Amino acid sequence: MLLSIITFLPAVFALVVWGVASEKTAKKWTLAFTIVEFIASLLMFAHFKPGVAGLQLVEHRSWIPAIGVDYFLGVDGLSFWLILLTTLLTPLALVGAWTSVNKREKTFCLTVLFLESTMVGTFVAMNSILFYCFFEASLVPMYFMIGIWGGPRRIYATVKFFIYTMAGSIFMLLGIIALMLIYAKTHDGQISANITDFYKLHGQLPFVAGTFLNTQTLLFFAFSLAFAIKVPVFPFHTWLPDAHVEAPTPGSVILAGVLLKMGTYGFLRFSIPIFPEAAEHWAWVFFLIGAFGIIYGALVAMVQPDMKKLVAYSSVSHMGYVMIGLFAMNPQGIMGALYQMLNHGVSTGALFLLVGMIYERTHSREIKDYGGLASIAPLFTIAFLIVTMSSIAVPMTNGFVGEFLILLGTFEANRFVAAFSVLGVILGASYMLWMVKKIFFGKPKGVVVEKHEHGLDLLPREIAILVPLVILIFWMGLFPNTFLRYSEASVENLVQHHGQYEVQAPKVLAPHLRVAAREGVR
Amino acid sequence: MPNCALFLILLCAPLVGAIFNGVRFRSHNARLAGAVASGAVVVSFLTACFLVMKLAALPVDARAITVEFYNWITVGGFHAKAGFVLDPISAVMILIITGVGSLIHIFSIGYMAHDERPSKYFAYLNFFIFNMLLLVLGENLLVMFVGWEGVGLCSYLLIGFWFEDQEKASAGMKAFITNRIGDAGFLLGIFLLYVTFGTVNFAELNQLVPAAAEVGWLGPITLSCLFLFIGATGKSAQIPLYVWLPDAMAGPTPVSALIHAATMVTAGVYMIVRLSHVFILAPNAMLVVAAVGAVTALFAATMGLTQWDIKKVLAYSTISQLGYMFLGVGVGAFSSGLFHVMTHAFFKALMFLGAGSVIHALDGEQDMRKMGGLAKKLPITHLTFLCVYLAIIGLPPFAGFFSKDEILWYTYISPHGGFVLWLIGLIGAVFTAFYMTRLMALTFWGKSRVASSVHPHESPASMAIPLIVLGVASVVGGWLGMPESIRGLLPLHAPDVFHNWLNPAVALVKWPEVSPVLEWSLMGISVALVGATVVFAYYAYIKEPELSAKMAKDLGPVYEVVANKYYVDELYFGRVINPLVDLAKGLWAYIDVNFIDNITYFLSDWVESAGGGLRALQTGSLQQYALYLVLGVVVIIFTIVVI
Repeated sequence: MLLSIITFLPAVFALVVWGVASEKTAKKWTLAFTIVEFIASLLMFAHFKPGVAGLQLVEHRSWIPAIGVDYFLGVDGLSFWLILLTTLLTPLALVGAWTSVNKREKTFCLTVLFLESTMVGTFVAMNSILFYCFFEASLVPMYFMIGIWGGPRRIYATVKFFIYTMAGSIFMLLGIIALMLIYAKTHDGQISANITDFYKLHGQLPFVAGTFLNTQTLLFFAFSLAFAIKVPVFPFHTWLPDAHVEAPTPGSVILAGVLLKMGTYGFLRFSIPIFPEAAEHWAWVFFLIGAFGIIYGALVAMVQPDMKKLVAYSSVSHMGYVMIGLFAMNPQGIMGALYQMLNHGVSTGALFLLVGMIYERTHSREIKDYGGLASIAPLFTIAFLIVTMSSIAVPMTNGFVGEFLILLGTFEANRFVAAFSVLGVILGASYMLWMVKKIFFGKPKGVVVEKHEHGLDLLPREIAILVPLVILIFWMGLFPNTFLRYSEASVENLVQHHGQYEVQAPKVLAPHLRVAAREGVR
Repeated sequence: MPNCALFLILLCAPLVGAIFNGVRFRSHNARLAGAVASGAVVVSFLTACFLVMKLAALPVDARAITVEFYNWITVGGFHAKAGFVLDPISAVMILIITGVGSLIHIFSIGYMAHDERPSKYFAYLNFFIFNMLLLVLGENLLVMFVGWEGVGLCSYLLIGFWFEDQEKASAGMKAFITNRIGDAGFLLGIFLLYVTFGTVNFAELNQLVPAAAEVGWLGPITLSCLFLFIGATGKSAQIPLYVWLPDAMAGPTPVSALIHAATMVTAGVYMIVRLSHVFILAPNAMLVVAAVGAVTALFAATMGLTQWDIKKVLAYSTISQLGYMFLGVGVGAFSSGLFHVMTHAFFKALMFLGAGSVIHALDGEQDMRKMGGLAKKLPITHLTFLCVYLAIIGLPPFAGFFSKDEILWYTYISPHGGFVLWLIGLIGAVFTAFYMTRLMALTFWGKSRVASSVHPHESPASMAIPLIVLGVASVVGGWLGMPESIRGLLPLHAPDVFHNWLNPAVALVKWPEVSPVLEWSLMGISVALVGATVVFAYYAYIKEPELSAKMAKDLGPVYEVVANKYYVDELYFGRVINPLVDLAKGLWAYIDVNFIDNITYFLSDWVESAGGGLRALQTGSLQQYALYLVLGVVVIIFTIVVI
């Protein structure tokens, strides 16, 4: 029941907020509810066993048997931390919007809560149609969040975001239908859209190396296109800077922190395990665009005049690391990629929060308007520097562990890709430190010297949301094994059984039982 | 007390100090901040002494104390523990770091007394000591890398300590990014070693690597050594990544003494000594190390000849002396390289502190053209500076003589070295003698050119005492490692403490049998040349000051090029950095904004026009859409059931 609760609690809470709260109290209610949701998600620790490779906390009910849609939830090492990341970032993002979002507050709260449900749902759904529904449904609240509470070009940005992602998802839907058909054909007409059943298809997805027009390659790219746009991988990334710049702070935090991970998670859940030969054969494509994305994102970030755009392009660079790590397809690479997903959520989330905080006071995101902030806002400076160090992967912060493991894994798989990608380590430091220098150092000037209502330094409320992130930055950097050990078994299973991957799901209804279930025997 | 507790005190005392001062960063109480910070490092130093005594009590072939706290990163076959090892190599380093570190912390109390942010300064300085200890004590490459980047971070923060000045902030950023270039190489070195040998643990690496030396350039050992050396050129300011160190002088002077002279910049040398058993198997990599070291030693010394800023002269001098260290380890004289690290730590730290004392006395003046005749006004500073001056130019019996001459000697006889490298080193030594005499003459001797508004005064005791201690060390420090030929002449026949201590822990090269006559004559040549240079330089700057100006004029374009530091910065900016920024702007404008987005617009237009026919369906009525939805689902179900 736990996963169902975590998934639908926010949606239920949304109804409560809708019914009970007023415009003024809505945020307080919602904050309380998102904290309850976070605590509920922490209950997973009580039931989740770290050393187990297969699915845990499984819930499996037959739902719409005619089209193979089961209500099938489960969590394993690949999704465990992403769920917690989601439930952690949501309340923090909400507090980040405490004073900056001040129109239609109640609607805003409903949006946040629905968004949370769909995000958690995406990570726990083990039926592909269910996954698709959550994956798509998450677009809607984000569409409204940017479209209603965004900046001046919000409509352009949100439509671009929506169309891009939708365009990719259509291919995924086609892919899912095709996989269901193939499954039915090879299993005596039994219908299933369960991801665990798709894993059993290996050997039944014809693959011819070097050509495009074979089932496995086509399906692999259908899925991968959807996820690549979501990640986003170069050259599908241009929706991201626009969306980030226009999105309100909580939108940016959730977009960067969680929504992008749906893409990389999709690679890990679908593209790589279901199509092992194609994934291995076409890994070079993702090495190429991943590594290119690292350098490209970093270079373009270096010349951005707008803080949020800079951080957005840094996301492109960071997600490039995740891509090459995934396609290294060895324990270090995949583990590093998983870790980097969390890191990126924590540190880029924190960066967007920080940028939001300063924007709220100065109403400028232009880097050239700033200077000498360090002498006026020391606490803000300390927080920003710590997050910067995490973002540029200085050891003892979380970023280092992820980047190191990814590059190590990639080096094992392909030395040239690693040697090229390692340049990102230099460029990453360049753009971040350049921004730090321009904003914080020198004599106070520009918007920094103008009068501000609350002063420029952090308020207690803001400190309260940054502290957990800073603690995580160091904890994840100093004691990564606390996190890695929860994912290790699942990653090992994925890597070692590449080609004959299966995910054990206790209490899963075998397909032949489903007929019985349909007739109400169960 | 158990070893792990001792290690914990050694490492964490500075960390606790850093946290203490970091939390109360707003405080202006320099005395309290300085006392806590210095106390923390002194505690660390005493613990280090105790641990080293414990280590010395162990039998020679078992001298290593390993402490492992926890498993840091474990993924698949990759293990990195948060583990530390104290062996003769790291023992030398921790004594230098905490010993010289304590003195510089104490000196800083006086130096930073009137600064606005003393707590922050001492927090950074303590944090630096912590990271430096991580670097030298780490039992594997990854822990070393933590310290390696950590000291770089502290260096960044301290160079840009007076961040209100954009130029200083830029210098910090330049240091960090240049170091990052090296670090990228270092990372590749770690990867290659791990992929080749399956471990990053020093003890295992030093045992695992096969006994046979590797031929050629592209073998895994040679390549990983070269990659690691790229890291060393960054951290230890060697060609081609030395450019950050002269700019790093923007930081407070004690920082230059501690980080940019005595400790951090020697990390590259330490790393090679630590991996000596690996490096010795890659003769080509060793050759590169030695050659880069020798060329840097000479090249940087020439740049030191023309600088007017007292700290810049010392900066180029540091780069040059680091070059000698790399020359030493590159020819296989690992313990000699580390010996020079030690003596250099004493005399160069003192030089910077002395320069700091001068700058402090002159209210912040750094230009040597506005100094002169300070010997009378600042007697202690002058006397201590005189000791280190004699030490660095390598006159016996001062410390630098023993360590530098040893490196030159081994360069000459080593199978990895040779005449050419020795000659480059020797010319470098001559230049060293020249620029140091010039510095002494312009600063302390001759007529005073100090502005009349400035009244030089000797520094308080808290600043003078560290100067004296380091001065004594610079005189006697070299006696710990005298060559056999000289020890033989001494009445007591003192043992060669330093090399006896270190040699069991490093890889040893078999030196050829050479006659003592050769050794004495090489020693004689270098001492004679240095002596002659000193006399000449003294003459050119004190007796006939017009001579030096005339020399500069006669050399014309050559002088220009050298005085402009060979236009290397201009080259890097013009040929690398600016084109890269232009490229980035181009990518953004043409690929992102124009190319990709235009394709998207084109596609969407095309879809729109193609969808024109379907527009009839889009009536905007919600009920109608619901109908379509239901119809669609029915069709899908139907299709599936039929198939």
